[in-house]
Amino acid sequence: MTVLCLTELDGGEAADASLRALTLGRSLDSSALAAVVFADSASVPAGALAGYGVTDVYVIEPGSLEGYAPQAWARTLAGLAAETGATAVLAAGTDRGNEVLAHLGAITGLPMAANCTLVTPDGGQTHRLVRHRWAGLLLEDAVMEAPVALFTVATDSVANVSATPAALSVHVHKPELAGADLVVRAAESPAGAGGVSLATARVVVGGGRGVGGPDGFAPLEELAELLGGVVGVSRVVTSEGWRPHRQQVGQTGTKITPELYLACGISGAIQHIAGCAGARHIIAINTDPGAPILGHADYAVIGDLHQVIPALVAALRAR
Amino acid sequence: MEILVCVKRVPTVGGKIAVTTDGQEVDTRASGFSISPHEECAVEEAVQITERAGGTVSVLTLGPEAAIEQLRGALALGAGRAVLLETDGREFGPIVTAAAIAAEVRDRGYDLVLLGNEAADTGDYQVGVRLAHELGWPVATGIKNLTVSADRVVARREYRGVEEAYELPLPAVVTVKEGINLPRYPSLPGRLRARRAAVERSAPAWAAEGLRKEALRVPESGKHQAEVLGQGVDAVPSLVRVLEEMGVLS
Repeated sequence: MTVLCLTELDGGEAADASLRALTLGRSLDSSALAAVVFADSASVPAGALAGYGVTDVYVIEPGSLEGYAPQAWARTLAGLAAETGATAVLAAGTDRGNEVLAHLGAITGLPMAANCTLVTPDGGQTHRLVRHRWAGLLLEDAVMEAPVALFTVATDSVANVSATPAALSVHVHKPELAGADLVVRAAESPAGAGGVSLATARVVVGGGRGVGGPDGFAPLEELAELLGGVVGVSRVVTSEGWRPHRQQVGQTGTKITPELYLACGISGAIQHIAGCAGARHIIAINTDPGAPILGHADYAVIGDLHQVIPALVAALRAR
Repeated sequence: MEILVCVKRVPTVGGKIAVTTDGQEVDTRASGFSISPHEECAVEEAVQITERAGGTVSVLTLGPEAAIEQLRGALALGAGRAVLLETDGREFGPIVTAAAIAAEVRDRGYDLVLLGNEAADTGDYQVGVRLAHELGWPVATGIKNLTVSADRVVARREYRGVEEAYELPLPAVVTVKEGINLPRYPSLPGRLRARRAAVERSAPAWAAEGLRKEALRVPESGKHQAEVLGQGVDAVPSLVRVLEEMGVLS
């Protein structure tokens, strides 16, 4: 009984989202938890993966398959699932994870459950699961009947928890691919300003309508930099064109999982809450003590962000 | 360029979201209906492409008869043709949905099919990909920039601070995300035209899939009303202390 988990790398390490997926994969209690990594064997973070209970790593080296090609990645998983007799194949619910598992569902003709928070084997070919709907504003209890359970993991709802390190074997795997699997592949180039990504930032300073316009973000940027974080914004800010869409936190933007989300001038529409509910702590700065965001925050300051943020920046600089 | 855009009628949820007492649906007694922001952008993108390159935008939805409202919304924005794949109110899963859309695409012939990256309600993240496999077409998902030429598209998205560019030969399926454009508002002539337009209909058969919904529920947030640290700048010392306790000041 093997569970296969597509494991993404981020800056040479196992991506945090994939560690969360591995944590859920481990809960299926199979005899083997196998990470599937598309990278050079030399760059596989074997020690870190062993620390999450991984027993086997299947490495697909650039010589077999270079770069990201979603259908080819899915074909590789299908081949490995057949070879290992896998009972489940999962991935983190990232853009790539959801895309590859959707291809795997189409290739195998099996159902795929996106953004699960809990998956439990229930005998035979049955898995009971809980998954996100409405980006996590609702939960769905569902039953999956399939010879291989295919699913992705809602990474803003599942913590990454390490395990007693397992003995780990690394296997270099050469996938069998058809030409059609390689038609769509990513040409990669550095994007935008770079730096810390919104999805993985430890601190996010959020700005909403209360910022007032495109010129109001400088103090938020300054605070974010002081805290080693990044600026995120609400949907109205991107719809108004004040900031680029890539900074949007929410159902149609990015889902974040920082230690701290500091929501400034954000009322807290539920589509925004869907994006920030994975934050460990939320602090709201808002002029309106009745703003819905206060129902989701740990702490609040009632006041004008244009006064509070500069004063906070000054206090932090004076420390 | 013949383009098909697929949209879905979903409840417009604002301040809160609730479930019917039988746990099967979102309670819509106090809400209207709309399509998701990703799909508004898919319609806009298709209209912009045909404004430049010529051709027709068709808009399709799989849903109840009431979803004609959403088709008319897309017609008002510049779509020229509307197709309703009428359901009996049951929720169609992603496999059956993709097969039903594929049948329409085979019948009519399109160069490009656009969808939202994921439906706002079910969030299955797979109808576009399954559709592409049904048709044997290439597919790119989560796209926020699209360049169309006569025989191919270049589709771009960002991932972990890297720009990914995908070149797809046409015909192709592309799922888009909000941010690819800023959708226009419907014009008055557009709305009048939409009201009169015919809607083509067919009724695909429902079938069970291997993933079965049992119930929907609202998650317990575990959060309570925020503790107010103070008013205005007077709260800054307490705020600094809280940040220190959270361990975010290094």
